[in-house]
Amino acid sequence: MTAPQEENFMRKIQAEEKIEPKDWMPEAYRKNLIRQISQHAHSEVIGMQPEGNWITRAPSLRRKVVLLSKVQDEAGHGLYLYSACETLGISRSEMIEQLQSGVAKYSSIFNYPTLTWADVGAIGWLVDGAAIVNQVSLQRTSYGPYSRGMIRICKEESFHQRQGYEAILELAKGSPGQKEMAQDALNRFYWPALMMFGPHDSESAHSQKSMEWKIKRETNDDLRQKFVDQTVKQIEVLGLEHPDKAIKWNEERGHYDSSDLNWDEFWSVINGNGHCNRQRIEHHVAAHEEGEWVRDAITAYNDKKRAKKAQNAA
Amino acid sequence: MSDQIKNAIQEYATRLGDDSVVLGHRISEWVSYGPFLEEDIAYGNVSLDYVGRARLFYSYAAELADDGRDEDDFAYMRNDREYRNLLLLEMPKGDFAYSQVRQLFADVYYTLVLPELLQSKDETLAGVAAKAIKETKYHLRRSRDWVLRLGDGTEESHKRTQKAVDQLWGYTHELFDMDETEQLLVNEGIAVDVSKLRDAWLKMVSDILTQATITVPEDSWAVRGGRTGYHTEHLGHMLTEMQIVHRSHPGCKW
Ligand SMILES: [Fe+2]
Ligand SMILES: [Fe+2]
Ligand SMILES: [Fe+2]
Repeated sequence: MTAPQEENFMRKIQAEEKIEPKDWMPEAYRKNLIRQISQHAHSEVIGMQPEGNWITRAPSLRRKVVLLSKVQDEAGHGLYLYSACETLGISRSEMIEQLQSGVAKYSSIFNYPTLTWADVGAIGWLVDGAAIVNQVSLQRTSYGPYSRGMIRICKEESFHQRQGYEAILELAKGSPGQKEMAQDALNRFYWPALMMFGPHDSESAHSQKSMEWKIKRETNDDLRQKFVDQTVKQIEVLGLEHPDKAIKWNEERGHYDSSDLNWDEFWSVINGNGHCNRQRIEHHVAAHEEGEWVRDAITAYNDKKRAKKAQNAA
Repeated sequence: MSDQIKNAIQEYATRLGDDSVVLGHRISEWVSYGPFLEEDIAYGNVSLDYVGRARLFYSYAAELADDGRDEDDFAYMRNDREYRNLLLLEMPKGDFAYSQVRQLFADVYYTLVLPELLQSKDETLAGVAAKAIKETKYHLRRSRDWVLRLGDGTEESHKRTQKAVDQLWGYTHELFDMDETEQLLVNEGIAVDVSKLRDAWLKMVSDILTQATITVPEDSWAVRGGRTGYHTEHLGHMLTEMQIVHRSHPGCKW
């Protein structure tokens, strides 16, 4: 037996109408969305760290400006997504607590360390690049605020992707030392970038229901294939070696065939064994705790002002 | 233009570039360490303004030098003994109160300096000032609001703010020092006579601090040296970090 509300909800989904915050929605839909949007928001915020790691060492003033703006954009994406998620009835502070206690996840890519300047370029190019493939698809997601958020965010992510690629290109055309740095960054970030699309759909706990509700619009494997395909040409233009020795055009499929990923590594990093899992959370917790007296000061100040105002009015 | 004047302007632009890059760098150290996300964004904004300003000043210095150097050579290929920034701006970021108090001191300073620079007979310098004035309006609104809230917030925030003021006060005196180079340019209507700005600065800062329930310190100590390259120990570490990648790959483009 389906309640009329649920029927109406499914009718909207099937008609490609957006679900809005005030609309009725199944509890599981709401939960699923909170999980996905908050995870996305946390990824934007935690993602500030590996790139922020290079702000003070950026090798030219122009690159420093570009990197600062990018990291700032990511903070903005985080804010925007936190707000979108709040429309589902959870507060930002609750989400932050879930992040810090490990209940909520963030993209595993940010548990990889940024070891050289080239990593900043590789992240813009590959990590933002992979995020875009995913997010372009999410522009058609069924939840209105999330869909609109993706449309807005994608524009900036495309900009990041181009700037990252341009930074890597400069290195790839540069001195032998710079070129080596670029190749090394590509070798380290290529595979984790592919893993950003998540496990094979057959092993993804949330995939099926998310597709049904049109929260997700394309499968993990299809999105990954798009990214693999678009990256081949980009690596060629750079004149770098493709990290996947098995990459090969498949005329019949109209796609590139590639090696299977190291899924042991994927699960291992998700389960806490990446270089930076602890560091990222500790950094976030430390900044948050150090900021507590500041947040308290604002509250106290505002209370005093309010009391004074009330007194004057009396 | 005589060579003497030209060299003096180059030196002046370099000093202003050094001030901007050093403060911009210090502010950028806050990104991802702020008390909440909105502050990370705001710090990013202010830092971007300063680094942007540094690029304009350095490009101009490079143009006058006309010896093949560019803005990055000025930022990345000079040692701490060659840097000419004010000491106040190179102090480590400290806690949130320390950074905001430093910012307030700097913002009030630029609120007074920039309108004067706008009057400069040197069009390039006046042009940078025109752009920077708008930025500084926003900066000052922000640092002023923060100092008010922190000073008159909780006991702890008050204590931290008072401590920051006391620790930084002695570095503000040299903001108003003149030397031969700058005097020469003042006579030419090119540089700002900062010695005339101290009273106005003191008045503005004192008003804000008093409103924030913070005690304005006595002038008990004053450290000087930024404009002669006699720096604190902190600048060397800052530049080591800032310049490491650039210098590890000599002559490379980025
Ligand atoms: Fe983003
Ligand atoms: Fe994103
Ligand atoms: Fe991005």
